[in-house]
Amino acid sequence: MSIIIRGSCVTARTLYDKLWDAHVVRTEADGTSLLYIDRHLLHEVTSPQAFAGLALAKRRPWRVAANLATPDHNVPTTTRDMSAAEPISQLQVATLDKNCATYGITEFTLDDIRQGIVHVVGPEQGATLPGMTIVCGDSHTSTHGAFAALAQGIGTSEVEHVLATQCLIQKKSRTMRIIIDGSVSPGIAAKDIVLAVIGHIGTAGGAGYVIEFAGQGITDLSMEGRMTVCNMAIEAGARAGLIAVDETTLNYVEGRPYTPVGEHWTQAVQDWRTLHTDPGAHFDKTVTLSGAGIQPQVTWGTSPEMVTAIHGRVPDLADATHTAQADAWRGALDYMGLQSGTPITAITLDKIFIGSCTNARIEDLRAAAAVVAGRKIADNIREALVVPGSGLVKRQAEAEGLDRIFTEAGFSWREPGCSMCLAMNPDRLEPGERCAATSNRNFEGRQGQGGRTHLVSPAMAAAAAIAGHFVDVREF
Amino acid sequence: MERFVRLSSTVCPLPRANVDTDAIIPKQFLKSIQRTGFGPNLFDTWRYLDDGQPGMDNRRRRVNPDFVLNDARYQGAQILLAGPNFGCGSSREHAPWALLDYGFRVIIAQSFADIFHQNCFRNGILPITLDDRQVTRLFALAQASQPLSLTIDLQHEQIHFLDGEQITFATDPFRRQCLLDGLDDIDLTLQHKTAIIAYEARRQQTAPWLFAAESSAG
Repeated sequence: MSIIIRGSCVTARTLYDKLWDAHVVRTEADGTSLLYIDRHLLHEVTSPQAFAGLALAKRRPWRVAANLATPDHNVPTTTRDMSAAEPISQLQVATLDKNCATYGITEFTLDDIRQGIVHVVGPEQGATLPGMTIVCGDSHTSTHGAFAALAQGIGTSEVEHVLATQCLIQKKSRTMRIIIDGSVSPGIAAKDIVLAVIGHIGTAGGAGYVIEFAGQGITDLSMEGRMTVCNMAIEAGARAGLIAVDETTLNYVEGRPYTPVGEHWTQAVQDWRTLHTDPGAHFDKTVTLSGAGIQPQVTWGTSPEMVTAIHGRVPDLADATHTAQADAWRGALDYMGLQSGTPITAITLDKIFIGSCTNARIEDLRAAAAVVAGRKIADNIREALVVPGSGLVKRQAEAEGLDRIFTEAGFSWREPGCSMCLAMNPDRLEPGERCAATSNRNFEGRQGQGGRTHLVSPAMAAAAAIAGHFVDVREF
Repeated sequence: MERFVRLSSTVCPLPRANVDTDAIIPKQFLKSIQRTGFGPNLFDTWRYLDDGQPGMDNRRRRVNPDFVLNDARYQGAQILLAGPNFGCGSSREHAPWALLDYGFRVIIAQSFADIFHQNCFRNGILPITLDDRQVTRLFALAQASQPLSLTIDLQHEQIHFLDGEQITFATDPFRRQCLLDGLDDIDLTLQHKTAIIAYEARRQQTAPWLFAAESSAG
């Protein structure tokens, strides 16, 4: 719709429209556009073939300073010595080091305190700024949308394309607004909000859309919480998640190493304050959830949409809405070794993983430590890991004494990396092991072949570690 | 990229919803720095009975006789028929590389995850979206004792059955042309080099803080 301002007709735009419009280089008649990319984050797993392609075609990066790299997926978390890893992991990290050195790309190498999970590092450094277009060869790039940046995961061909041209070829997505109406109850985390959203719209619910998260339940969140929500927009099928700029955003961004200063800061803030959806702008779809209705969430199956509240039960196949869903549930129950009707609180665990680009920021570690303080992990927990999101998060946590709280309780305190979220390094589940994880995917085999993953918030994972089974952290 | 114009093949049915990229190519195989060689580990966890690791001789591994890729009827199939939301999860391009390396050039499903869908086009794989009714019917035909054989004609966006019946599908015109011609996206984009440079000059005026790193570096 259009609104009249001072006699001229101005179309009300969504936040996505504004970000899109500011980055279009050119558009074909069919809507295919060249979209300019401000920030390109790189890691060792999805970049080697892109650099090889670039070299083969005798091309060079279009704009070296737009790139920032760090190894994260493959790195060991027990040591900073890469020679402890498998030879093929070493080669992948060494290849990233070599490629960055060849082209002069800034890389936070394994011995640099700034190294960490790429989606923790970008915001922490101020390399993620409002109004940017951001890409990375990793689907959880959606994380950076918490800053009102249009941030998307891309494949390796696109990594090469962005290196060579600083652009993406893309058509505009549809828009969805998800409103968390009213505040959530005390004890409810950002992770609970986003899992509840995915449970509501499904893992394909956001396919073809860019989702803007709004409402009191979202604006109440810290930047860490907003990142958790946008991080899992991809788990709802959306390419990107977005949250408008407010004071919380500006306060977080100010003073970080890559953040503009002086006159540039003043100019930037003026621009960033416009990064919200105009009143009356059109969304293709709007979904509203009551904030007060959201309970602590636990996934029971092998897709993030297979989720229920802590006081719920593993569902009956008869409750499936269609045959395909019943088939998927049957397969999931079989893989997860669960019976229909089992109370979630009766599910006992073998391992605990607190980490990942979803929940390894300082606030996540504080929330988990607050639950753990003065307690011990249950006897049935074989291993409980805390893997900070970056070297700087680790240092901050240690300065606050969080590491001691965890280790005294029986947790293992590790070096930063992706770790057991996807188990590319030695941190993994053995077949049949059951894990409460603060990560983002409960797919079959994700944390190790035959491993069983339940996704929860950091506080819920911490409480499960102490109790040995799932409990409502609010009653703990 | 290899062109895709027309292809005739049997159809391999994989009737599961939400097949994710971890299932298509498990993470232990992502450590390769090559684009090829992923085919023997496509759907590794479902396809073999043992725990697959890089560097194993896959011909000596115990195969899962119940998995469709090990069914004699579907050997050599270049068309994969899949369930809804195929390719969800990670952005790893190793997933389409593994499908391509195995020999699949066409995937038919009710829906695809966005990033996977785009990754297919960039690797010469044609993802075809059909409605529920059509996909259900294809599954019934493909799972019969006599496997289903189809001809895919991208130019005319048609699927031909052996008995002469045909159904149509729709593709994005730009992506279709790229596949038909085997065009490299980077070459296409670099034809607009002056437009990119002009955009950067404009942007430097309106958002100078985004270029501060270059200016401070001199």
